[in-house]
Amino acid sequence: MKKNIYLDNNATTKVDSMAVEAMMPLFTKQFGNPSSIHSFGDQVGAKLKVARRQVADLVGALHDSEIIFTSCATESTTTAIYSALKVNKDKKEIITTTVEHPATLDVCEQLEREGYIIHRLKVNKKGQLDLKKYAGVLSENTALVTVMWANNETGTLFPIEDMALMASEKGVLFHTDAVQAVGKIPLDIQDTEIDMLSFSGHKLHAPKGIGALYVRRGVRYRPLLRGGHQERGRRAGTENSAAIVAFGVAAEQAELHLDTLSGKVKALRDKLEQGILSQVGHTFVTGDPDNRVANTANIAFEYVEGEAILMLLNQFGIAASSGSACTSGSLEPSHVMQAMQIPFTAAHGTIRFSLSRYTTEKDIDYVISVVPEIIDKLRSFSPYWKDGKPLDIEAFEPAA
Amino acid sequence: MWNYSETVKDHFFNPRNAKALEDANAVGDVGSISCGDALRLTLKVNEQTEVIEDAGFQTFGCGSAIASSSALTELIIGKTVTEAEQLSNQQIVDYLGGLPAEKMHCSVMGQEALEAAIANYRGIELVDDDHEEGKLICRCFAVDEGKIFRAVQKHGLSTIEDVINYTKAGGACTSCHEKIEMVIDEVVAGKGPQSATAGEDSARVQPISSLPPTNPLMQKVLEILSNLRPYLQADGGDVSLVKASENLIVVSLSGACTGCMMTDMTLGWLQEQFSEALGFAIPVVNHIPEPVAESA
Repeated sequence: MKKNIYLDNNATTKVDSMAVEAMMPLFTKQFGNPSSIHSFGDQVGAKLKVARRQVADLVGALHDSEIIFTSCATESTTTAIYSALKVNKDKKEIITTTVEHPATLDVCEQLEREGYIIHRLKVNKKGQLDLKKYAGVLSENTALVTVMWANNETGTLFPIEDMALMASEKGVLFHTDAVQAVGKIPLDIQDTEIDMLSFSGHKLHAPKGIGALYVRRGVRYRPLLRGGHQERGRRAGTENSAAIVAFGVAAEQAELHLDTLSGKVKALRDKLEQGILSQVGHTFVTGDPDNRVANTANIAFEYVEGEAILMLLNQFGIAASSGSACTSGSLEPSHVMQAMQIPFTAAHGTIRFSLSRYTTEKDIDYVISVVPEIIDKLRSFSPYWKDGKPLDIEAFEPAA
Repeated sequence: MWNYSETVKDHFFNPRNAKALEDANAVGDVGSISCGDALRLTLKVNEQTEVIEDAGFQTFGCGSAIASSSALTELIIGKTVTEAEQLSNQQIVDYLGGLPAEKMHCSVMGQEALEAAIANYRGIELVDDDHEEGKLICRCFAVDEGKIFRAVQKHGLSTIEDVINYTKAGGACTSCHEKIEMVIDEVVAGKGPQSATAGEDSARVQPISSLPPTNPLMQKVLEILSNLRPYLQADGGDVSLVKASENLIVVSLSGACTGCMMTDMTLGWLQEQFSEALGFAIPVVNHIPEPVAESA
């Protein structure tokens, strides 16, 4: 029988059954608009208050009002960037990195066209930043620093607390896209100098279509969406109450399971990596293995192409993802792999396995048992491979 | 994921003729590992009858690249070389029951490998005209910014429709239309292609006068470059100096150092080496030759 093994949790996650259960009454009985004066509205309003506290607790926010619910983390990030620019009209520089999610990269690219100066910090081959270079571009002209906490492809963590502190010493606003970090590492935002933090429900077992933006009390802020008093005027639009309630429950569960992540999930991830690397030659782990979220393994397979690997994995009932060009319809490997200057023999063959607390040891054992034959099959008709080893690539690349 | 036809899936999961023919008398190589797909086609042609008696493919690439290669071999076995020469990429697509627009280039790769193998059989040398300039704009037909920019400039194009007709860019999935509009706007505004690589950009907008050959810095640059060249030559590439100043080094890359991701990677490496040897950070950019007359 075909298996059903889901190892693409950095893309999205299964909704926690308790979260599903909590949200259902909001479709059937408690469907009121929390802004309404009658009891239909009131009972929803009370539930949203609970959910806001649960979500605030997950990131360690002191005040409920520091949490703004949005439709997704992309909206949160866009709101944070534009807000920072609006409250800093005379500052025209933004600091970010080359490996951000498109939610940040594309907004910055558009702002660059409009005349802003974008400093994109580069990463080294392990996906790490050089904080000296960061210090070198931080200045009184910087309107905002926006840097991801954990990379979605490799799981590599950036030193966000240190970077936020450096920004605050210069009086510069600091935003972090923490989509891949929240619910995976313990966060106590109150102890940091982070001004704004974006995260999403569906990466931590809440439904899609709900995100949040943390804005520290006292940080100047301008809304992106106007036209209503919801979220204290900071994000207009009728609340997605069912999703917010589910987000609250999922956030609470995520916090309770942080130890599962750093314990069981990490052990399974490490087993998966070792299992594959010990059996398949010419493979390596990308990013910074010592400094990353516990659920992510990004493995580069040399001399094979990622989409082909994914299609064969899918035949075995295993879902993963790839930084390969072909899966996205692009002809170039992902910007993260390019930024890390991953060798060209492997740039098109990176596979991301992202686990969750629902991943079992049986799942991992099965993946370990099928990956070697998949890679063997593809290498058997790769023009760069012969008799179990790679050929001299120069023989194929265009001659000088 | 892609909506592949059942035939594409079948040819991917059960590829036909996935082998290297030991007794081949024609070989066609296209693509490269750094570009994400490569195909080596080997043919056994009967020299009396010119019939392709057997064909084998070895492919590095995605599902549709492997399926297209497999289909190609099925289509040409049993045909004469002259018959096979007529094969178009569309016939590969039709044989497979269609390909997603973004994957059409996989069928083109098959057709090109066949062309290369037939040329090889006949002893003709094909000129490799694979070049890339700037950012890839249209992913469906693999058209880069430089090509669109030149077409817009040369033919005075002003609409997306024009650009599609002249370059094919934007003619399939339409997701690049905003980017094409930006290129048109740049031409109207009289600017150079916006992104290229950052380095290429600065080479265009900041014409620099080179230091004289007697200048000590220039001599140092030349010396560093001659130490670096053997590394590139060992990888099938080469580099020469175009000009240098106190704050910019312009080089010309050739061979395996160019194309796809390799240009950026090589430049990054050169920049590191130069900055280290000179003791200060200096950008290294690639010289872009003036476009030669477009072939139709």
